[in-house]
Amino acid sequence: MDIKGNSDCAGCPQFNAKGLKKLGVNTENFDFVVALAGNPNTGKSTVFNALTGLHQHTGNWPGKTVIRAEGAFEYNDQKYKLVDLPGTYSLLSTSEDEEVARNFILFGKPDVTVIIVDASRLERNLNLVIQILEITDKAVLCLNLMDEAKRNHIKIDERTLARDLGIPVVPTSARFNEGIPELIKTIDEVANGKIICKPHRIKNVPNNIQKAVLKLSAEIKKQFPTIPNSRWIAFRLLEGDTRIINALRTGELTQK
Amino acid sequence: MKKKSVENIISLSNNLRWQIGDDFHDHLAEGIYADASEIVNNAVQTDNQKKQFRLDSKIDKIVTSKIWGFPIMFLILGLILWITIIGANYPSSILANLFLENIHPALKSFASNIGMPWWLDGFLIDGVYMAVAWVIAVMLPPMAIFFPLFTLLEDFGYLPRVAFNLDYLFKKSGAHGKQALTMSMGFGCNAAGVVATRIIDSPRERLIAIITNNFSLCNGRWPTQILIATIFIGAVVPSSLSGLASVSAVIGIAILGIFFMFFSSWALSKTVLKGEVSTFNLELPPYRPPRFWKTVYTSLIDRTLIVLWRAIIFAAPAGAAIWLISNINIGDQSIAAWIINSLDGFGFLLGLNGVILLAYIVAIPANEIVIPTILMLTVLVTGIAGGDGAGVMFELDSANETANILKAGGWTLLTAVNVMLFSLLHNPCSTTIYTIYKETKSVKWTLLASILPLIMGFIVTFLVAQIWRIII
Repeated sequence: MDIKGNSDCAGCPQFNAKGLKKLGVNTENFDFVVALAGNPNTGKSTVFNALTGLHQHTGNWPGKTVIRAEGAFEYNDQKYKLVDLPGTYSLLSTSEDEEVARNFILFGKPDVTVIIVDASRLERNLNLVIQILEITDKAVLCLNLMDEAKRNHIKIDERTLARDLGIPVVPTSARFNEGIPELIKTIDEVANGKIICKPHRIKNVPNNIQKAVLKLSAEIKKQFPTIPNSRWIAFRLLEGDTRIINALRTGELTQK
Repeated sequence: MKKKSVENIISLSNNLRWQIGDDFHDHLAEGIYADASEIVNNAVQTDNQKKQFRLDSKIDKIVTSKIWGFPIMFLILGLILWITIIGANYPSSILANLFLENIHPALKSFASNIGMPWWLDGFLIDGVYMAVAWVIAVMLPPMAIFFPLFTLLEDFGYLPRVAFNLDYLFKKSGAHGKQALTMSMGFGCNAAGVVATRIIDSPRERLIAIITNNFSLCNGRWPTQILIATIFIGAVVPSSLSGLASVSAVIGIAILGIFFMFFSSWALSKTVLKGEVSTFNLELPPYRPPRFWKTVYTSLIDRTLIVLWRAIIFAAPAGAAIWLISNINIGDQSIAAWIINSLDGFGFLLGLNGVILLAYIVAIPANEIVIPTILMLTVLVTGIAGGDGAGVMFELDSANETANILKAGGWTLLTAVNVMLFSLLHNPCSTTIYTIYKETKSVKWTLLASILPLIMGFIVTFLVAQIWRIII
């Protein structure tokens, strides 16, 4: 279960096994909250286990995690609380597991959201990624299941992907603990502001919608200058999402 | 001030919504997809010459085919049960030997050496210790085999295919196709299955899935089925076929459970839970070769030990309770004997007996302790020598000995069959009932979910008993 790696890995500054302490379920006094989001069956729980040293049950079927699991790890003397969210395809519908995921990213305001995607089914997974990037601007894309992508002869240009999405991209094979040290380092850099994300914004919508969103989000920003996701709230208001309208009224969305 | 600005924003959004028209949602969804495909075109290269996922779709064609889908399902389940039944025998008898024939006498002599009063010695060693030892000896070996095997299958990616095969039947019975997944979870533990119904978004179909989850034979009931089938069903055929016969009997009960689940889903959706069936997309994930040792290790830590621990926690007080009701007399009989005598008449109608019914009452906290309780109470009532006296769960290192005790307690083949049926069809354990209440937040649905299977159990065992007695 430990991140061991061979001697080459251990010598690399990326590795930093000494700085890492898996804390299991001990989630008290954390410095940062990290959310794990992603489509069902992309290996979120496996990544969660690799980071925390826990043994949350993993299974190869969509919808295995329905409640959020929490764990923690320590890296360079900073404590990270990790929350494994239920897998969802989208944040636009209303089933209970989707709402758990959406509400946590929106109201729980995690310091970093790690979005885990299946590298061999990237296009389908990006649907959720793009939605999450409208909500939060501190995110890391974990390109998981790289071993399967390789087996299926899929090549991904991670730098282009990172540039287009505006967030760091880390390829991993969590089942084999590959890429986990790099993932931890990237989480640390985003949490501490060493990497500033410029997340992708939804582009391919008709002009009149784009204008309406701009106008509305400008108004939201004017009234609540600290709000990070005015555009996404604008989307939801235009859709008439009553949960969001209520949250705006009660001040749930606007207080930090 | 703030309130006003919020209302401003909301009214602005209402105005804008009018201007952009009502296909906003579709435009947004399309926009997201268009963005995604642009990004993928820039960053992803696929080698089209090598056909992707070829092996996966080949396997899928077989395991989800109309002809082979179901036989393969039953074959796999049968194989897992077979390995469990055969493999658990030896470690079970070794553990029973250790706990009950070596440690138990040692504890007894230690207790008498330090001059422990008989009631404390009986309460602690014959009650609490024996119950716990029995549960470990009986449950640990089959669980330690069954769970890793099931988990390997799960990690490989077979469960969604089961859901795919069963989807049509679920739709026919007015339930949600995802119920196939929660049903499969129920084969491990009903409480877990009930929590898993959260993946079903329609409240109506979710309730159906919650109420009928108890028809999945849970891990606390597998050992009961396996033991009774081995002793009684295996004995009616030539010994060369007895293994096959007992496995078939257990699978038969599991399938009967699935049948009852479909039947009650259908009945519920036609009566108290009427409504449309919702459609959904089921993703068939790629097959993934499981990481064998890691899976075995985690499933042992994660499932086996947790379930075992739960059983022990419930077995200890149950052992104490059994010892007490067997040793406290009212008039000339112990409390247990009074209860058993008063339940005997009703038990006979159901092809069971008072001992079995009392055991199911004692075992409400955990199904796992049904068999130990039945054995202990049977010894008490029949007064067979060989046990350590009233209220002691004693050693049973071979199925033969268990059979002798049960036969002395008046068991016939009918009793065995009806115990298997009743083990499938009775109220959920208290953990599951509590979970149902937490998930539904409704006393009404919790009551229905608890009582419905019990009533079915009464009806089925009653009918089987009457018909059996007429024919044989």
